[in-house]
Parts: sequence; structure tokens; C-alpha cells
Amino acid sequence: MANSDTGGHDLRTVTRLPKSPTGIEGFDQITGGGLPTGRASLVCGSAGCGKTLFAMSFLVNGATRFDEPGVFMSFEESADELAKNVASLGFDLSTLIEKKKLVLDHVRVERSEIEETGDYDLEGLFVRLGFAIDSIGARRVVLDTIESLFSGLLNQSILRAELRRLFRWLKDRGVTAVITGERGEGSLTRQGLEEYVSDAVILLDHRVTAQVSTRRLRIVKYRGSPHGTNEYPFLIDEDGMAVLPITSLGLDHAARTERISSGVDRLDTMLGGQGYFRGSTILVSGTAGAGKSSLGAHFVHAACRRGERCLVFLFEESPQQVVRNMRSIGIDLQPWIDRGLLEYHAARPALHGLEMHLSQMYRAIERFQPNVAILDPVSSLLSVAATADVRATLTRLVDLLKTRGITALMTSLSHGRAETEQTDVEISSIVDTWLLLVTLESNGERNRGLYVLKSRGMGHSNQIREFLLTDHGIELVDVYAGSGGVLTGTARVTQQAQERAAEVAQQQEIERKERTLARLRAALEAELASLRAKFEAEQADLATSLEEERERIARLRDDRKSLAQIRRADTSEDRPKRSDERPVDKRRADKR
Amino acid sequence: MEMTEARSGMTSAEAAPTNVEQILRLYIAGQTPRSVKAFANLKRLCEEHLKGRYRIEVIDLIQNPQLAAGDQILAVPTLVRLLPEPVRKIIGDLSNTDRVLVGLDVRPAP
Repeated sequence: MANSDTGGHDLRTVTRLPKSPTGIEGFDQITGGGLPTGRASLVCGSAGCGKTLFAMSFLVNGATRFDEPGVFMSFEESADELAKNVASLGFDLSTLIEKKKLVLDHVRVERSEIEETGDYDLEGLFVRLGFAIDSIGARRVVLDTIESLFSGLLNQSILRAELRRLFRWLKDRGVTAVITGERGEGSLTRQGLEEYVSDAVILLDHRVTAQVSTRRLRIVKYRGSPHGTNEYPFLIDEDGMAVLPITSLGLDHAARTERISSGVDRLDTMLGGQGYFRGSTILVSGTAGAGKSSLGAHFVHAACRRGERCLVFLFEESPQQVVRNMRSIGIDLQPWIDRGLLEYHAARPALHGLEMHLSQMYRAIERFQPNVAILDPVSSLLSVAATADVRATLTRLVDLLKTRGITALMTSLSHGRAETEQTDVEISSIVDTWLLLVTLESNGERNRGLYVLKSRGMGHSNQIREFLLTDHGIELVDVYAGSGGVLTGTARVTQQAQERAAEVAQQQEIERKERTLARLRAALEAELASLRAKFEAEQADLATSLEEERERIARLRDDRKSLAQIRRADTSEDRPKRSDERPVDKRRADKR
Repeated sequence: MEMTEARSGMTSAEAAPTNVEQILRLYIAGQTPRSVKAFANLKRLCEEHLKGRYRIEVIDLIQNPQLAAGDQILAVPTLVRLLPEPVRKIIGDLSNTDRVLVGLDVRPAP
């Protein structure tokens, strides 16, 4: 039916370009899945930049991880040389060949052997390739580096025509191919292969700046798919090749609310009572010997005690040195190392370039999967790169750590006596919490102080605390802020002693006053007692004399009466009354 | 025409500067016009300049693809001189007789 036939495609369903994963760390991420399936991709770069390795990784990973056997057609190195070169990266080619997962074919093109006499084509190559692919059912093919043909064969026009035919043939076969090419002067490849192979072009670079070499990868072209266009650093080590992708620089991390201890109780108190946010980044800056690493050690110790994994990157000291130093403040890190909860990675900054450091750290983080990471000190990276570069690298690293929810503590050495509020590496705006270790000079002493310059998302103390490194760990002590200014060290101790003495004196004073009071009370009571006694005595006396007096008066009256009777006097009492009753009679009678 | 091994008889009368027999192997990939032409050219050349001192072997890579790797064959047709050493490879349809002779290190017959 004419209607339904639109060339076999329903234009409404646009299928996404299928991709074959390379298995190279980071590369599949930046390409959104790997190389285009069934097409040829060009990998170009100067000598020694890793093209062969890239191609070999693509094949070996395809064979071992994605069940896609592959054919490696080498135009430069022999099969033995190749096997030896990649053995150091953990690729066991002979086993794969035995298991029919891999075919290594070395095409030797010797100019001296060849005489060209007339017309020819490269069907021999096609036959070889076809045979190799069919023998193991390969889905992946590498041609490394096909430009060798240009030096071996004179007739360029035949060669170019045949190359065109080859890439069409590869596409018809449906294999995913990687073609390597040497970097040209003005073009991507010396022989202009990018004309024929233009579905995807990847450029590898290996440059040396300031005596440090860095490897970079860039996707120049990827037809039909969005891709990262930046240069990505990559590294090659005993685990093979790894590209460091720029992770979500889109600032899209989850914000956690869990809090974890810093390892120093009073510091937790200063940080809103609970410590750092999990997944946050902490910067500890200070001058030399301030105690930055010790704070880091406390944090690690606390984390390991909780059973969490810690990864420490050292740029100046060796791990053994750090462990020994921390013992002197009472922290023993060796048990955690033995139990596998703590791992140290030490590398001098000058060892390799910044990207390499970053890639190494990325790798280590991937492998170890820590909950906590320490970088000590990040300022030493300034010795190998400019401030802006270091800042960019640290930004990427912080980003990576935040995306994984790893709590990170970075130490930074600040120079000069005046601790300015700007670290040398200028990352203070990236970190969430900034602890500043300052020196407090007074009375001819230098003492250490700590304060929380900033801590996002929590209320924190604004006080300076005196920072002491004792043999049982870090102690934070209140400083004295008095009329004499801030007192630390011996001045503080003196002040403390003075205050204690004053307290004691006060107490004694109170006791003395109380005793005086008691004494007065006793005296008063004694006096009262004697007065009372006197009063009672007098009272008794008076009562007695009063009684006597009454008696005397009564007797006197009696006497007078009797006297009157004797005298037959008529006292007023005896006069008869003009009433019937003569009370006096009675009385008179009584009187007789 | 069918290409098979062709041998020539050895006649001491035609002693050439070198008495060594040239072992020649022609690699082709199917019976293409170019391959046919190459074989014809080769036959003619050998009869003309290597009378009695040659042996031609024809390998069809379509039939024996594994031999392409073993003998490092890229181009087709390729003529390989196995003996005398050193091994020489001559690619092309062999239409340039002079170059073939130079390649085989054979002095042209007078």
C-alpha cells in the first residue's frame, strides 16, 4: 500500500542513536553511552597519547564485559609487542584469544619488500578482516593505525579509494569500529582520515606545562548525539584508562540534614550543638603548626568509631608520620587502618599534574567508597599550578564529593601573621563551614585560638575559644574577655587562679559574718535571761511585802474594833438603824 | 580458464645466470578480470625470461582466507617470490614487466 510505505520509517518514533559502551571509566558518561554502534569512530592524537590503549580497552572491555568479541588489526606493533604493552594494565590478551573472544592480526607493510606494478586493490585486507571477524563472530573492530598503509604503499589514490570502500564495508558488516590516526599539522590526522570516518571523532592530547604532563581527551565530533565538548583530563594507570568527567557542575546536590560529630565535643557545641552537616565541606585554615591536621585526625577518629570509612589524601606528610604525630595527642589511628576503615593516599603535589591528582583522587574515591574524606593540605597544590587552576580543580572535587554525600574536611595553610579572611586558595566561598585557627599573642606568649568563621545552615558560636593540644586530645577552653582584653595561656591561668582565690576569700568572709551574728544572738539571749531572773525576783519580793501589808491592815482594824468594844464606844457601825432589821445586833452578838 | 599449478620442464640447455628455481606464488581474490590479467602477464613473463626456472602457485584467498594473514597479504593481486631469498612482494596486475623483473631481481632475457 502506497500509504503505509514511508521508506520503512515511521517518523513519529525517532529512535535514539544506539551506542556501544567502551567500558572506559568516565568516557561512557560523557558520550551518553559510548561509541556509536555499527559505525566507525576516529581516535586521533600524537605519538604516545594513548590511542592504542583506548582502542584496546574498547575491545577488551567489549569482550569481557559486554559479550562482544573483537578484532584488533594492528599496522604498527606485532601481536607480541601489543600483548606485552597492555599486560601491565591488567589485560590478559592471550587468554582472550584462546577463548575466541579476541583476534589479534598484525599487518606488516614493508616498503622495501614491495614493488608496485600496475593496478591493484586491497581486497587482501578485506579478506583478512572478514575472516577474522567471522572466525569469532566479532562485533567490534579496531584498526591501529591504518595510516601506516600510507607509508607502505605508493599509490595514494588507490589507497584512498580503498579506505573509503573499507569503511563502507565495515558499516555494512555492522561492526562498531575504532580507527586510530596520528595527529596532523593542520588537520586532525596526518592523512586526513577524518574525511572518511566522520561519525565520531575523539582527540587525545598529551601536553607538558610547567614540567608537568597532563593527558586530555576531547570529543571533537559526535554525529547524532549531544556530547560534552570540553577537554576532560584522563589518566592511565595499572587499572587501565580512566576519564574524569565533570560531574554535576549544575549545583544539584541533595541537602542533607543529618549531623555528625567533629570529634571535639566543645566544637560540636560551637556548631549549633551538633557538629557538621553530613555531606558538607569544611575548611580548616591556619598558620603552620596551628593544629589543622589534628582537627582532621579527631574527625577521622570519631567517624571510624561510628564504623564509617575514611579516606585521607596527604600532600605533605607520609601516613606513618601522621599516625605517629597523632599518637602524641592521644589519638591512635593504626587500629582503623588495620581494620580497613581508614586509608591514606600520599603524593607530593609535584608528582603529577593537577588533573592527574584529581583523577587519582576520583579513582580512589570510587574504589574505596568513603563516607568521609580529608585533604591535607590543599594549599600545597599551589606549588604546581596557578591559583585559578587549583580553585577550579577543588571546585570539581568538592562537587564530586557533594554528589556522593561524602563529608570532606580540607586544611589550608595561610601565610603571614595576619590571618586574613581569604585563604590562599580562595575556596572559602565554596565550603560550607570554615574554622579559623588563629594565634593570640599576649604577655610574650603565642597561644592558639579557634573560631567558627562561617557555617552555613546552622547557628554557630561567634566566640573565640582557646585551642589546646593536650596529650589526651584537643581541648577548647573559654577565653577570658575582661578589662585586660582577651586572656589566654598563662594569663588565663593566672586569672583563673585569682578568681578562685577571690571566691575562697568571699566564702570565708561570709562564714565570719555568720559567726559574728551567732555570737551577738547568744549575748542578747544571755542578757534577756538575766533581766527576767531579776524581774521575777523583784516580783516575788513585792508580792510578799504586799501580802504582809494587807495582813497588817486587817489586824489593825481588828485591833481597833476590839478596842472600841472595850470602850463601849459607839462606833458608826453600831448606831441602830431605823429599819426593822438591826444588822448591828447580829454583829454585836458576833462581837461578844 | 582454470588456473592450476603450471610447471615447466627443466632443460639444462637454457642455463641462465642463476640456476636457482624461482618459486612464485600468486595471490588472488576470486576470478576477477584483474586476477586473470595478472596470471596471464605472469605466465608470459615467466616463459619469456625465466624459461624452465620457475614454479607458479596460485592461491585464491576467497577459498583460503586464513592464508592472507599468514603471508601478510594486503593487496590483490600480489605476487610473492618465496625463493630465492629475500622474499619479494610484487603487487598489481603485473602489467609493468620491467618493474616485475626488477622486483624479481631477474635480468631480462636478451
